Amino acid sequence: MESAVAARTVDLCKVYGQGDAAVAALDHVSVDFYTGEFTAVMGPSGSGKSTLMHCMAGLDSPTTGQVFLGDVELSALNDKDLTRLRRDRIGFVFQAYNLVPTLTAQENVELPLSIAGKKPDKSWFDKVINTVGLGPRLHHRPNELSGGQQQRVAAARALISRPDIVFADEPTGNLDSVASAEVLGLLRTNVDEYQQTIVMVTHDPVAAAYTDRVIFLADGKAVRELRKPTVELIIEELRVLTAEAVAGTAAEA
Amino acid sequence: MSGLWRVTWRNLFARKLRLILSATAIVLGVAFVSGSFIFTDAMGGAFNGIIQGSTADVEVAPKGATDFDSQQDFRTIPASVAEELEQVPEAGSVHPFNQVLTLYVIGKDGKVVGGNGPPGLGITDVETRSVTGNPIVEYVDGEHPMGVDEVALDVDTAEKAGYGIGDTVRFVAPGDQPELSAEVVGLVEFGDGSLAGATLALFDARSMQELFFDGRDAYSGISLNAAEGVSQTELRDAVAPLLQGDVKARTGDAVVEAGEEGLEEILGFLNTFLLVFAAVAMVVGTYLIINTFSILVAQRSRELALLRAMGASRRQVNRSVLAEAFVVGLIGATLGLAVGYLLALGLRALFGIFGLDLSDADFPIAARTIAVSYGVGVIVTMIAAYLPARRASRIPPVAAMRDEVALPETSLRRRLIVGVVMVVAGVGLMIGGFAGEGSTGLLLIGLGMLSILVGVSLMSPVIGRPLVEGLGAAYRRVFGMVGGLAGQNALRNPRRTAATASALMIGLTLVALMSILGQSASASTDEAVESTLTSQFIVSNVIGSPFSTTVAEQIREVDGIETVAQFRQAFPEVGGSVAAVGSADPEDLTAALDLPMAAGLLSQLKPGTVFVNQAAAEGQGYAIGDTVKMKLQGATVPLKVAGVFPAGAALPADYLVTHDTFRKGGLTPLDSLLFIVKEDSASTAQIRTAVDEITKDLPTVTLKDPSEFAEEQKEQIALFLNMIYALLGLAVVIAVLGIVNTLALSVIERTREIGLLRAVGLSRRQLRRMIRLESVIVAVLGAVLGVVMGVAFGIALQRAIADQGVEVLSIPWIQLAVFVVLAALVGVLAAVLPARRAARLDVLKAISTQ
Ligand SMILES: Nc1ncnc2c1ncn2[C@@H]1O[C@H](COP(=O)(O)OP(=O)(O)OP(=O)(O)O)[C@@H](O)[C@H]1O
Ligand SMILES: [Mg+2]
Repeated sequence: MESAVAARTVDLCKVYGQGDAAVAALDHVSVDFYTGEFTAVMGPSGSGKSTLMHCMAGLDSPTTGQVFLGDVELSALNDKDLTRLRRDRIGFVFQAYNLVPTLTAQENVELPLSIAGKKPDKSWFDKVINTVGLGPRLHHRPNELSGGQQQRVAAARALISRPDIVFADEPTGNLDSVASAEVLGLLRTNVDEYQQTIVMVTHDPVAAAYTDRVIFLADGKAVRELRKPTVELIIEELRVLTAEAVAGTAAEA
Repeated sequence: MSGLWRVTWRNLFARKLRLILSATAIVLGVAFVSGSFIFTDAMGGAFNGIIQGSTADVEVAPKGATDFDSQQDFRTIPASVAEELEQVPEAGSVHPFNQVLTLYVIGKDGKVVGGNGPPGLGITDVETRSVTGNPIVEYVDGEHPMGVDEVALDVDTAEKAGYGIGDTVRFVAPGDQPELSAEVVGLVEFGDGSLAGATLALFDARSMQELFFDGRDAYSGISLNAAEGVSQTELRDAVAPLLQGDVKARTGDAVVEAGEEGLEEILGFLNTFLLVFAAVAMVVGTYLIINTFSILVAQRSRELALLRAMGASRRQVNRSVLAEAFVVGLIGATLGLAVGYLLALGLRALFGIFGLDLSDADFPIAARTIAVSYGVGVIVTMIAAYLPARRASRIPPVAAMRDEVALPETSLRRRLIVGVVMVVAGVGLMIGGFAGEGSTGLLLIGLGMLSILVGVSLMSPVIGRPLVEGLGAAYRRVFGMVGGLAGQNALRNPRRTAATASALMIGLTLVALMSILGQSASASTDEAVESTLTSQFIVSNVIGSPFSTTVAEQIREVDGIETVAQFRQAFPEVGGSVAAVGSADPEDLTAALDLPMAAGLLSQLKPGTVFVNQAAAEGQGYAIGDTVKMKLQGATVPLKVAGVFPAGAALPADYLVTHDTFRKGGLTPLDSLLFIVKEDSASTAQIRTAVDEITKDLPTVTLKDPSEFAEEQKEQIALFLNMIYALLGLAVVIAVLGIVNTLALSVIERTREIGLLRAVGLSRRQLRRMIRLESVIVAVLGAVLGVVMGVAFGIALQRAIADQGVEVLSIPWIQLAVFVVLAALVGVLAAVLPARRAARLDVLKAISTQ
């Protein structure tokens, strides 16, 4: 599959701390994310998945290396331009605490547009709202919604402004399998029907199997990738990865 | 240290900012309390110094004539008495002297020095030693004055007036000559420190008598210093047999004691006055503390639930919160003491406007001040933290497992009921207060207002809601999503918004109340002057102190003048409390004023009778035929009530007597006001020119027409009002800090939400605006509630004191509107720091905050 690159990193490094205490959360990572593709990022805890998301979304700045969103190099932007970029071209879904508690579900969905002072495109808005499938609960506050419903609202919010790319960090981490399936279905639909680009961090092979491609991180490095993943393939890859890690630590010792 | 204490302790110091914020309310409240005490102590110290420093071993004087709180007295002791005293072997030295209290120095710039309350002393140049052992005055430069053309001034006055040795100084004088001039030949210092703003001019003995005592060879008093080894009592006992009539000898210690008693009373009054404002500040501060602790408890509810889950008892949780409050109270009180000292210096400046000069005074921090400060600081904090602590102890342990913890809150309905009960009780107290008398009545009114205010603040989450919703809707229209979010934020925790607004409400209620009373008093003055004055001119002294009767005599000589009604004033004790008493000639007064008598006839005012102001008559229960006991310069004079005149006439007096009564009481005749009636044919302009010529050398004594006279009185009202505003200002400052505090804590509380908003593209500027708008809602809510309450109280109080001279209700709507607009601006200012803090939050850290 040869399509345009929506976002990419070039030799991206992120080091926390200094001297002996320095931790390379990302170690020369160069990956491309393609337009209209649903990508999963997997790896053991502490492998740098969240850090990668944050750097790519302009929430955190790389130590060295570059992040491109389309043709725009993020480190060249000041805070104001980054904010605007996030507002107009990036969508987010977090693991928890995704919604503004004082706003209704519908208002939460509209939030990025209203921050930008734009009116939602009626037909697009209806489509997104339809896919969320909240119906009459649209006018409820987040604390009156279930976790799965809240995450679907958060996903809709990330999609409403038709961003170039949506980043989701463990969006199903707090959900049971049924609610997870609802959220993942929603994301998948958007990729299939509207060519939305989505990058999702997950620990769950079942969730990762919804995607087109899985990138595996280990110790801050992009070590492997898998196209057209299935649950079995993913579990196999993770097993290999863990084995290598154990071998690595054994070798070090 | 047990685990729980350690948690408490860590909590306190891990969050220094919160600690400081919650302590600010205490700091300011305690500062007001300690500042009041420090200031009155300083003032007491200064005046004690004056009393002691001006009292000799034994003082001989007509009873009540030369006391600390006496007025100008013209009774004298014949010179022969002084000569006899010279023969007493126990007397080391005898110093007869004359004194006047209204000899004001006119500075080089033509303005009167001091004179805005403190006396202008003119005293015989004597070499008396005071009870402290120091000479009463010490020459620092020049020589003793000789003759009526020479004078010695105290150095402070000379400096303020801009005079040096050899210069000619002019005076406004109380004697036959309304103005005097003399060459400065000596400069003196008061032996014991400062004169606190009083001015001192010394003439030689003979000149004092010639200038101010009709040239009689007689003295106001005689100071005696004891011979070696003679005690005060021995000297007094040796002197006493030589004295006759009401001339008495008193030991220096007795004089000092009497003076200090008089002083205590004045200081006590002042202290109470200041402490009322301190109490207001404290009540406002209490709201702030309750709010702060409620928020802190809410933010820590997860942690507290965890402690409960691990086995901490309710009591332990409760106590750990109270312990935190205790520490905050201690720290707040300590800082409050320090700030109080600064505040006392601020009060010095404020009272300096009224002529009280304490620039040389000590500002001591007495043990009592420290004890009260810590007591008030700690107790108020603990009381304020009690409710949040109780709520903290009710957090169920299971809350630790939940994502969002909702604190158990009392229902709004219960608050509403309690609020209504308090309002009703408050109204009852106020009604009782209006019916009651004197200070109990005032206390009841005050308590009633407090009860109503607390009741309204309890109800304000409910009654303020429409306003908040209205503002929120308006915001949404004008500012879009950011405005909508701000409105929602103000609504999401109605109790918090209401408590924050309530603090401002209390401050603004009082400010609005005072502005209504002030405006009504001004309007009533206009009304009174317009309806009762029939004279065309008034001569008065801008600074309110009396002037020589010669002015009236000279004006009578002017062509075209029909009547000059002289009005004099004194402030003696009447029926146990100090009152304003006026004296006038009834016939002249009838010509000058149209006094609609409430009872009796104006012509009934005769020697031995008194007219009573309607307000005083009602307050004290006097009716025609009753006897009023008036204490004039030590002697108690019985007077028969012959008439009741309405309050709010142009006469500034509670009681009215004839000049004769004052004269018999020993008061020196000095005029306070002259009402001038011209002949019908006379030209106004000519009379003006002629009178101006007479008063041209007296910078403070001027001719006014009735409207100018009203203006002058209204300026006094405005000056007093501004002082009250300055004192209430602190309560408003505390309330504003409350907004800052609550916003800052809310920002901390909403860190993750703010992070989320920033992540999805809210710009820093939009974020700041959101917080600013929320702040404005709170401020406007407080201001609107405050103004509404202020208007309600203002109308009630004006009705209640209508018969005391404030007959006209006048509400300064524009000013009240300005208050609300100012409050909105204050809201903008209050949001500056919290908004900046929020805007600075690192987005990444914010969203990952637990
Ligand atoms: N702010 C920080 N300061 C220091 N080190 C950090 C910081 N944030 C992350 N790290 C370190 O960087 C590494 C990568 O962290 P990251 O959060 O990206 O891991 P992750 O793959 O998202 O893990 P998980 O699956 O547990 O969420 C870890 O070793 C972590 O300890
Ligand atoms: Mg992570």
